[in-house]
Amino acid sequence: MSTISLHDTHNHDNHDDHGHHKETFLTKYVFSQDHKMIAKQFLITGIIMAVIAMGLSILFRLQLAWPEKNFPILETFLGKWAEGGRIKPDFYLALVTIHGTIMVFFVLTAGLSGTFSNLLIPLQIGARDMASPFLNMLSYWFFFAACVIMMSSFFIQTGPASAGWTVYPPLSALPTAISGSGLGMTLWLISMVLFVASSLMGGINYVSTILNMRTKGMDMWKMPLTIWAFFLTAVLGILSFPVLVAGVVLLIFDRSFGTSFYLSDIVLGTQVLPNEGGSPILWQHLFWFLGHPEVYIVIMPAMGLSSEIMSVNSRKPIFGYHAMIYSLIGITILSFIVWGHHMFVTGMNPLLGGVFMITTLIIAVPSAVKTFNWLATLWRGNIRFTPAMLFAIGMVSFFISGGLTGIFLGNASLDINLHDTYFVIAHFHLVMGSAAIFGMLAGVYHYFPKMFGRLMDSKLGYLHFWITFICAYLVFFPLHFLGLDGVPRRYYAFTEFEFMHKWVTVNILVTWSAIIAALAQVAFLFNFFYSIFKGKVSSQNPWGANTLEWTTPVERIHGNWPGEIPTVYRWPYDYSKPGAEEDFIPQTVPFSQTMTSNMPHDFEGNSESERIQREWEAKNKNASSTDASKLD
Amino acid sequence: MSLRKFISNKTIAALAVILTAFANTSAFAQEAGAAAATVVKPVDMGPIYKTVIFYALAFLLVCLFVAIIGKALSVYELTRKAQDKPKGLNWNTINGTLFALFLVVGLYGVYWEYTVHGNMILPEAASEHGKKIDQMFNITLILTTIVFISTHILLFGFSYIYKHTGKRKAYYYPHNNTIERVWTIVPALVLTVLVLMGFLTWRSIFYKIEDPNNKPISIEVTSSQFAWAIRYAGPDGIVGVKNFKLINSLNQLGMDFKDKNNLDDQSADEMVIPVNKPVRLILTSKDVIHSFYMPHFRVQLNTVPGMTSYFEFTPTITTEEMKAKTNDPAFKYLFLCNKICGDGHYKMQKEVKVVSMAEYEAWLKKQPTYLTDDLRKEFNLPVAAAPVAKPADSVAKDTAAVKTNQIALK
Repeated sequence: MSTISLHDTHNHDNHDDHGHHKETFLTKYVFSQDHKMIAKQFLITGIIMAVIAMGLSILFRLQLAWPEKNFPILETFLGKWAEGGRIKPDFYLALVTIHGTIMVFFVLTAGLSGTFSNLLIPLQIGARDMASPFLNMLSYWFFFAACVIMMSSFFIQTGPASAGWTVYPPLSALPTAISGSGLGMTLWLISMVLFVASSLMGGINYVSTILNMRTKGMDMWKMPLTIWAFFLTAVLGILSFPVLVAGVVLLIFDRSFGTSFYLSDIVLGTQVLPNEGGSPILWQHLFWFLGHPEVYIVIMPAMGLSSEIMSVNSRKPIFGYHAMIYSLIGITILSFIVWGHHMFVTGMNPLLGGVFMITTLIIAVPSAVKTFNWLATLWRGNIRFTPAMLFAIGMVSFFISGGLTGIFLGNASLDINLHDTYFVIAHFHLVMGSAAIFGMLAGVYHYFPKMFGRLMDSKLGYLHFWITFICAYLVFFPLHFLGLDGVPRRYYAFTEFEFMHKWVTVNILVTWSAIIAALAQVAFLFNFFYSIFKGKVSSQNPWGANTLEWTTPVERIHGNWPGEIPTVYRWPYDYSKPGAEEDFIPQTVPFSQTMTSNMPHDFEGNSESERIQREWEAKNKNASSTDASKLD
Repeated sequence: MSLRKFISNKTIAALAVILTAFANTSAFAQEAGAAAATVVKPVDMGPIYKTVIFYALAFLLVCLFVAIIGKALSVYELTRKAQDKPKGLNWNTINGTLFALFLVVGLYGVYWEYTVHGNMILPEAASEHGKKIDQMFNITLILTTIVFISTHILLFGFSYIYKHTGKRKAYYYPHNNTIERVWTIVPALVLTVLVLMGFLTWRSIFYKIEDPNNKPISIEVTSSQFAWAIRYAGPDGIVGVKNFKLINSLNQLGMDFKDKNNLDDQSADEMVIPVNKPVRLILTSKDVIHSFYMPHFRVQLNTVPGMTSYFEFTPTITTEEMKAKTNDPAFKYLFLCNKICGDGHYKMQKEVKVVSMAEYEAWLKKQPTYLTDDLRKEFNLPVAAAPVAKPADSVAKDTAAVKTNQIALK
């Protein structure tokens, strides 16, 4: 067997005797360049941001459910933004804006991709670390700075940005139009530039690591689906995020330097602004050119994680591995040409609307293929319900429920009446909110041992899953019907319109469900932080999985493997293979050790291997069937 | 054993919390009574903090309860293990069964939602193109509901049937090209049908061939923070030119009265439109982006500063007819703002009335023109008001056209 791994050529080679360079607290936990530590930093920052954003959502849900009621305690914490215990309309808009921004960018992009790409890419492809550990560290600290700046906008006089998370100008460009478009918006824009820088540094790192640093034998078609998902996500991010920066820079120019990229013919009250010739629609094109790939940046890692977890816990190979990859690639490519479906009713040329409708509905095909493949993976499996598996199944359920309503919204004609109503809220909170967060939680439960060497408590995990799963449906399912009644989103109160009064009771149900779901997260938070220190110590391969990360020691050493990096011989999904002794065969086991279970297609047309296998089979037919081990 | 000790500690703690909670409720009740009696400012925060503490303690109580149950479970499992009996609780069976249960309850929930909340949604479309949209919606709804229900039956059904038992090995089934092809092509075909239908409907809405005998009424709607201005074209049937630089307190829309088409333009407080007559909306905005949204007519288009957009539709049901249809004497058509535009976003609305042609004409006559004496001075127009042009030639013609159309239809 060959012992030299190509990727050991750089200085990671002698990691065993690294003891001499002493690690301080600062280099180990704060400015760490180890991918596993950076992953943990991303995860914990992501969790903190998620808790904040969830708290914001509870605040505005209170307002929606009880628009006439005072909650004096709110004034204690929010001061003038909740005078007399009622959230003010402009602060309500700030809440929804920051909730959306944090959830989409900081939690589901950085918290999800940042955590699991960093953790799993080197571990699953067999690399000592990322291609550029330093860039990786910078990526985290840019992200951290972006979070701090975003949160700091809660502590300024004019309040945080409040033009919606899509910050459409002119509203976001004119401080006189809404108070949040003052300093708060500036902070939003700065934060976003830093965030994009972070996400680009991460993305470039992920792509170069995956392309260049795979261990011996790990060709692209032997990579786990998680890696494929992270890879394509990073490609999407690299190609689309810079467009957002371009848009943001132009917006900064419009706001601060008097240009007219997005502004034209504007009169505030009777004050005539000098701007002419710009178009607010331009921002929407630039924003959604990122914005739509962004929702796939959010969901694809969740898809990858769920695929892996469902395969491991069904003890079955993922059904249609190649189809899963091709559908991911299809989604990646298509996601660049569908952004216009966010703009059907902006007054954009109707011809464009028709074209975007066609591309949008095509994207449902690869999504459908993925869903059916997941179902086929469960079929005749031997399903172990670990908390991770529950969340992965929940992810599929949300993806179906939310994805199907996308067929309504992607249809330009139907979008006329559904655009910007609660139907949209329900749709994307299921398909990219709940589904992505469930994929992320599945990943946290599943890979917790790889991060902390311990296991999370499964019973608390079950409790967490069931309450969250049920409450998420209770929150988002009824909202579809508000949308079908023409109730617009981002309304501070339903009190001004006669026809909306009947929905206030539904809002109360939704708010209570949201509160219960939020409280259920305490079970997760407790479980997470308690298990870091006191959880049951994990074995090396607690789930009986095939992928490379489970061949690393539980101690999670710098450089990942104490000796040489293992070589890969097979795809990652040989679960329950007929003829094998155990129900899983790790990727590091050569075919020569599994003569009883080898199948013709395993050899990918290698005639020499096929010949050896044939000879072995012929010989074993004659001899007694039990001396298989002799052949090693 | 420490576990037992742990539990008893927990129990005592729980009891303490329950007591405190009850003590707080009664204290809260008393305080609330006192607060009600004397309305003093600043607000006494005592009772409020107590309520908050009450809820916090109640939640802690729930947490304790969960912790106790958790401990009890592990004690149970440990004793089973110690006695060499099979494992106490089979979580695979429990979770699998819960999925089956969720499926059944969930299906009922979906049925309940469709029937109860589904009955609270918008009434049938009150416009020609809206009927097509509704039809498309129903087809899409039927298709997606079938997929929704069947995939969930499979998802949760498989979870229940194939839960781990320890007796069986999973079936090694990595791929099947035929099946994969089928479930790529079938969704593709279904979506092609939907795309084609959607595309044709979309075209029919936005690419209208104008019928010279049934010209649409032009109505301009201008949005601003947080109000709508409605401008009728006046007898000449043409909405005059605007220029944002002319906007001042007198001339709110910035109408350029050098353009003769502006002289007869009328302002209105509500939108009144005749039934079965096409209406061409001219949508503009003064400050930020708003969205003109008429849910009952399935009409929506953003109003964008610096850009004019158009939407043509034909109302088919009068307000009175809709009142009868929805069995709601208070029913009103309206339009509202559906794009975040500032803190007053949630109350931008105007009423829409769909009436007969005769009623419409009578109403229109009463609406004032934009041109006032002050504006005449500003634009150097003769102040002695020229008599308003003869009532509505074009409208009269159009009415005739409608009549002939109706006859033709018969």
